[in-house]
Amino acid sequence: MSAVLRTEGLSRSWGALQAVRQVSFSLQAGARHALIGPNGAGKTTLVNLLTGTVPPQAGDVFLDGERITDLPQHRRVKRGMTRTFQITTLFPGLTVLESVVLAICERKGLGASWWRPVARHAGEIDEARRIVRDLHLEPEVDVATRSLPYGKQRLLEIALALATRPRVLLLDEPAAGIPVGESAEVFGVLAALPREVTILFIEHDMNLVFRFAERITVLVEGSILVEGTPQEIAADRRVREVYLGEGGHG
Amino acid sequence: MSAAPAVALPDARWRPAEVAFWLAAVAAIFLFPGHLVLGSQVLITGLFAVSLDLILGYAGIVSLGHAAMFGAGAYTAGLLAKHGWGEPVSGLVAAAAVGAVIAWATSFIAVRGGDLTRLMVTLGIGLLLYEAANRAAWVTGGVDGLSDMAVRDLLGVFPFDLTGRTAYVYSLAVLFAVFLVCRRIVRSPFGLSLRGIRDGARRMPAIGSPLRRRLITVYTVAGAIAGVAGALLAQTTQFVGLEVLGFSRSADLLIMLVLGGAGWLYGGLIGAALFMVAQSQLSSVNPVYWQFWLGLLLVFMVFAARGGVVGAAAGLRERFLRRVAR
Amino acid sequence: MFSSLPGVLFDGVAYGSLLFLMSIGLSVTMGLMRFINLAHGAFAMLGGYVCVVGMARLGVPFLLMLPLAFLATAAAGAVLERVLYRRLYRRSALDQVLFSLGLTLMSVAGATYVWGSGQQPVHLPGFLLGQVRVLGVDLGVYRLFLVVLVGVITAALVVLVRRTRFGARVRASVDDAQASAGLGINVTRVFSVTFTLGSGLAGLGGALAIDVLGLDPTFPLKYLVYFLLVVVVGGAGSIAGTLAASLLLGVFDVSGKYYVPAVGAFVIYGLMVVLLLLFPGGLRRGAR
Repeated sequence: MSAVLRTEGLSRSWGALQAVRQVSFSLQAGARHALIGPNGAGKTTLVNLLTGTVPPQAGDVFLDGERITDLPQHRRVKRGMTRTFQITTLFPGLTVLESVVLAICERKGLGASWWRPVARHAGEIDEARRIVRDLHLEPEVDVATRSLPYGKQRLLEIALALATRPRVLLLDEPAAGIPVGESAEVFGVLAALPREVTILFIEHDMNLVFRFAERITVLVEGSILVEGTPQEIAADRRVREVYLGEGGHG
Repeated sequence: MSAAPAVALPDARWRPAEVAFWLAAVAAIFLFPGHLVLGSQVLITGLFAVSLDLILGYAGIVSLGHAAMFGAGAYTAGLLAKHGWGEPVSGLVAAAAVGAVIAWATSFIAVRGGDLTRLMVTLGIGLLLYEAANRAAWVTGGVDGLSDMAVRDLLGVFPFDLTGRTAYVYSLAVLFAVFLVCRRIVRSPFGLSLRGIRDGARRMPAIGSPLRRRLITVYTVAGAIAGVAGALLAQTTQFVGLEVLGFSRSADLLIMLVLGGAGWLYGGLIGAALFMVAQSQLSSVNPVYWQFWLGLLLVFMVFAARGGVVGAAAGLRERFLRRVAR
Repeated sequence: MFSSLPGVLFDGVAYGSLLFLMSIGLSVTMGLMRFINLAHGAFAMLGGYVCVVGMARLGVPFLLMLPLAFLATAAAGAVLERVLYRRLYRRSALDQVLFSLGLTLMSVAGATYVWGSGQQPVHLPGFLLGQVRVLGVDLGVYRLFLVVLVGVITAALVVLVRRTRFGARVRASVDDAQASAGLGINVTRVFSVTFTLGSGLAGLGGALAIDVLGLDPTFPLKYLVYFLLVVVVGGAGSIAGTLAASLLLGVFDVSGKYYVPAVGAFVIYGLMVVLLLLFPGGLRRGAR
């Protein structure tokens, strides 16, 4: 198996704070890879660096072996790498269906199409409805995003990402703030994704991490502490001290 | 589950209220034959407001200098007519091109930066052009304005006379044609992406959308339309004053659009109508009163409208234009 | 031509000092509360009219009117902040623009109604008139007075911001209002006091500007772009940046009008566009 996403010595600091230090990390194709670490460890910054939301100060990012460090975010999405946001970042005025259709149109390069109304793009609408159904958002399909309950908004976060047909999916705390029962629903959707999609997710809920991840990387104060299978990580004394030892987070 | 209304996807179907609106505009020719001069002004300003709606209501760019393209279009048509090329429709095309070029050239800075920088840049460009026109009085007529324009008969048949009838029909036809195009644009995937940029600029690159390119495109199109509106003004009044480039015009336009509601195209037309009719009635009585009450209205609107002024219009927009799904 | 350069430069510095005084309040408001206040010029205008009324109606001497103009405008600022501005800090840029535009229109209309649309004359005391020879250059006494006064006020502001607890609170709040609130800083009070102070300074600037820039009801709109320009170019919330931008602008504007009068104000707007292109975040943030 080859590394579909790889970084070399990636670094980023904010003033005096070194958020990410010399991180060299690789993500194997088809992986179900979790990124964990205490608050402020730099996980979201790392995802920001991978996706191009924030430029690194040192180091490189490689997608399928190609250097994408200077590529703007929307181009990385076109190459197949998509992310979701920890803090829900949606389109408050657009309905669920509109949002997904928008993402699909952008993917297909129809974003510049200006004559035919949205309602007449049958193919894109059908695909959008399928995604909406798969994510159990069908009852709210025509509701404006701002009127959605929080749990549904998190599902829409994922729906938008899936609409871009990613090969590499970076999820920043997909189940954040969702009550335990519903978060299982979210991960159920993710578990159903085919192996062609490589998934890296940040998560604090250890139950979800251990249930879903096949490989775990632990990030502490901007550096990788250790990496391994869930069993290895659970047994690792350093991890327990730094992270799990904090009374266990559930 | 929730009590939130269900809204259908944007389509191009004509709602009865829309049809009624345009029929009323045509009917005005026969119902208010003595007020057609004011009528054309309303239509022209309405077109100008529609162009601002594209960038403000749909893409979310707050501009205090939209008059730059309007004035440029006005001077283009005016200068053409003054120096021998009096054919109106081609004058419009030239004005559209000039408006588009200016918008395109300035879009690179206008779409960069946050709200404040954009505000400053648009304001600055407007003032820059105003000063330039002021200094180049040998071309533009400066403070005295541009006159002695020889605008030829429309389509070679209809002269622009004092009744204003030709002017009104001309303005209405141009407005309607451009409006049809804008209507299509805002209901298309491109229009959807504009609303995406307005609502969630952070998410747009994350779904693969080239945000800057979209903004540059819509800004250029809006500039072209503003240029057309300016040309219409020049051709129908046969005069171009410096104020077409002034801050006042940009600020008044912003107020009009907001009055009618930004983000649903008709808001610009309705706002322009309300504003100009009210202004023609009240301003002549006492311009200070007009200014004061307008200011007070703005302050009141900002405080009274929930979710701000654009938010309040959103509810209206849903009900007027979009059929409820299922 | 260049023999007049020191004089022109000095005039530019004087003009820039005035701009600084009038703009610093706006800069802090935008940097601190992130509020786009297009009505800032109205406070300057208010200070000017208070000064004129005080001198003409009440016979108060000019120098005494200056602090009174400051206080009156500061009081107006305090009231408006408490009643109106405070509710709009979280609103969209458009709402803030519309509100402050509305406020400006009301103030312009109000001033026209009360004082008419003509220029207001000001009678400076005799000892501030005329010229004085400094280092071989003839400088206007009033302009010299302006530069010195603004210099003193700037120094006082710097001391206030760098050396006092209040100044530390302001700096913390500019950096991160949320975090500051979390540290127990009464951010609301910081906002209120800085707005009041900024308005007062604008009013003082307006009173001082009557002789240099003139005073009529269109003042807020006429000079709005200069204030905004100074703030955007200098970087909102930065005293040093605002000072640098004001002086730069003042010198360029005066030099431009003196050396290339055909082009005049054009220079300023062109300069602004160029500066915004090179320094999108303002001079303080440096080149992009």
